[in-house]
Amino acid sequence: MILRPSLARVAVLALACALLGGVAPLGAQTRDSLAGSGPGGTLWDPNRVGRPLEPITAADNDAAIQVIEKRLRCTCSCNQDVYTCRTTDFSCTTSPTMHRHVQALASRGLIGQQIVDSFVQEDGIAVLMAPPAHGFNLAGYFTPGLVILAAGVLLVLALRRWSGDAAPAPAPAAPADASPEELERLRRELAQFTD
Amino acid sequence: MTILGTLALWVAFLLAIFGAVVGFLGGWKDRADLKRSARNAVFAMFGAMATAVFALEWALFHHDFNVEYVAAYTSRNLPIFYTWSALYAGQKGSLLFWATVLSLFGSLAQLLTAPRHRVYLPYVTGVVSTVAAFFILVMLAAANPFDRLAYTPLDGGGLNPQLQNPGMVFHPPMLYLGYISMTIPFAFAIAALLSRRLDSDWLVAIRKWTLVSWLFLSIGLVLGMWWAYVELGWGGYWAWDPVENAALLPWLTMTAFLHSVMIQEKRGMLKKWNLALVIGSWLLSIMGTFITRSGVISSVHSFTQSSVGYYFLVFLVGAAIASFTLYARRLPLLEAESRLESMVSREATFLFNNLLFVGIAFSVLWGTLFPILSEAVEGTKVTVGPPFFNQVNIPLGLGLLALTGIGPLIAWRRASLPNLRRQFAVPVTAGVFAMLLLLVIGMRDLSPMLTVGIGSFVVATVIQEFVRGTRARHRQYGEATALALARLVARNRRRYGGYVVHAGIVVLFIAFAGMAFKTETEATLRPGESATVKSPYGWTYTFTHLGISQYDQLNRQVTAATIEIRRNGKRVGLLTTEKRQHVDGLGRPTFQPSTAVGIRSDPLEDLYVVLGGVVNGTEQAVLRFTINPLVWWVWYGGMIVVLGGLIVMWPGGTPAVKRTQAGYAVRLVAEK
Repeated sequence: MILRPSLARVAVLALACALLGGVAPLGAQTRDSLAGSGPGGTLWDPNRVGRPLEPITAADNDAAIQVIEKRLRCTCSCNQDVYTCRTTDFSCTTSPTMHRHVQALASRGLIGQQIVDSFVQEDGIAVLMAPPAHGFNLAGYFTPGLVILAAGVLLVLALRRWSGDAAPAPAPAAPADASPEELERLRRELAQFTD
Repeated sequence: MTILGTLALWVAFLLAIFGAVVGFLGGWKDRADLKRSARNAVFAMFGAMATAVFALEWALFHHDFNVEYVAAYTSRNLPIFYTWSALYAGQKGSLLFWATVLSLFGSLAQLLTAPRHRVYLPYVTGVVSTVAAFFILVMLAAANPFDRLAYTPLDGGGLNPQLQNPGMVFHPPMLYLGYISMTIPFAFAIAALLSRRLDSDWLVAIRKWTLVSWLFLSIGLVLGMWWAYVELGWGGYWAWDPVENAALLPWLTMTAFLHSVMIQEKRGMLKKWNLALVIGSWLLSIMGTFITRSGVISSVHSFTQSSVGYYFLVFLVGAAIASFTLYARRLPLLEAESRLESMVSREATFLFNNLLFVGIAFSVLWGTLFPILSEAVEGTKVTVGPPFFNQVNIPLGLGLLALTGIGPLIAWRRASLPNLRRQFAVPVTAGVFAMLLLLVIGMRDLSPMLTVGIGSFVVATVIQEFVRGTRARHRQYGEATALALARLVARNRRRYGGYVVHAGIVVLFIAFAGMAFKTETEATLRPGESATVKSPYGWTYTFTHLGISQYDQLNRQVTAATIEIRRNGKRVGLLTTEKRQHVDGLGRPTFQPSTAVGIRSDPLEDLYVVLGGVVNGTEQAVLRFTINPLVWWVWYGGMIVVLGGLIVMWPGGTPAVKRTQAGYAVRLVAEK
């Protein structure tokens, strides 16, 4: 059987690839992607995973630290709190620095509000996830409630006036051809209809 | 093709200007020839815009990287699914998509509007054409998707990995469809004001459009939440981001309108309010676009920001002034046809329901804009994040949830004490029982307890309504229960579809409350090592790291960690979480590595695992384990809401016009 030139080329290339493929792993023992089977379980290409990370310590899972970090905004412009930003895809470099700063302050004996205050002193109140409840910020917290309350009071007053204005409808004169029983039945059915 | 695309945009722009002028003139002078021309201009505009979309898709699919938009958002190896969706992945393309869909909706309004409502159409054409002209002008002046580069790159930059997710293929168009379709009710409202036909007739004309708009917005919001949950990796689905808030605002006001419109249809009241809600909802949708596009408020949606936001600001201010000036001039024509008869009536509860919907919208808008206000007043830009929004909106949301149950239990016009007793007995008992049950099993968190208690009350009202309606049909017509239920829903789609929506909202609220019990742990694990996490239900989950594998897949290089999960020692399955390095057609990395979350979901809780990275290039993986209770129900609650919406808008049932007349008929009989 005679192979056509193009098919022959493909066959030769495939054979070459198969040989190379079979030989290459023999010389590439230092790179292994199987779990724990290579030297030190090194990844085939660590660059694909992003920047190298530090191991997590028990302090990273400290609930008190997490609570503080959830009150602080990461300054990387992600609009998220420090804890969420640093654990979302672990790519941010700002939030881990802020996290270490929180831990350092905690290790110096500072507690929750003191640590938050320290950040505010350094970065201003924009570092807080919610504005502190004083000064003009009070308007931020209370305006929605006050507006809704005022609108509610106005609505109640308006409803009372409207319902007061609406004079009770005079009893409809019974048509000559409708008996009281029929009218009562009609009323019942209308009530059901409007329920 | 770019020449064809730009030419099509110019033709569409001229047609939009022509359609706007001729539409308004035709309506004002009542000239049939002008009205016909305006109608044809809208169809032709749609043709031109479809041609422009075709030209851009052609460039996208043919990898014409000389086109700046194609080079910026695609690459040769981008999967075909995302090559298509790149149409609306960027600023310029989404403007093109928006204007095209608007011209399509404008054309559909011409074709689908019933003959008795065609009197509004010339003005509707005028408004739609004006809005379309603005969008096309923005493209031609500042964001032309057909702009060419001075050189041709070998390959494009590729699509942002976070947008390479099925959720992002459907979420933006759904939201856009919601926003865009809102233009049609707005156009009818302006048409009603201009033509001085301010009875309830225009409401009948826009009924389907408002439902379509609300439905698309609802789907868009839920899909957006789903995308954020599965793609972003932060373990939640709603972060009160300004762009999320911008999408929620028109949904809130439209939902308020869908309730208050019933009062106008049945009682001829609230005409001013309903008009204001329709106009306000549309303005909020434009404002949402301004917030998304301008970057005036920092947001995670930074990939869409540019200077075109300020075009939207000018348009928004101009449209608001024009609309509300016209509205103010027509106020004397908007007097109610009847009066409220009692504080204890369905009309009154609907008014309180509207107060809360609009109140929540106001508080969300206030929180979103407060950083700008604070900067203007105090010179300091503050951050308004989830703690603020949760603090303000949770009580309002619970109040609204309660009204969801109270409203349907109170009779129209005037409720009597026996009527109230009969209606409220079972639902209130159900709500109190649910709360007591939670207390007995040891729950002490107030917000989740109230959510479950009020939710049970609302579900009981829904069940009660279905049971009573079905029983009534069974008694009256002798129908079997299933048939009676089916016919009950089929004959009263708006009412019972609405109840289904209410049930879906309860499911959503309870699912939201579940997040109060979320637990999170970080760990670094070598292959074979385990981490344990306590579930809110008391189970102990053991996550064992089995190892990391690396392989190429589609347009990305994947690093996948496989985790074995055991619950109280019993194996429940495997889960994989990935780091993905996207590459272009030449194998060059295009973005920072992104995360693909590993999720195992069941009705009780989600196990949510994120591979953060590795230590020193080894298989020692940095992982975050989150247990999120009840998230499953967010997606199914969303589906129930959509199902209810579909029931409401499904064609057939009692025609809207008859329903309107029925309302007046009752009034006439009673007041004669």
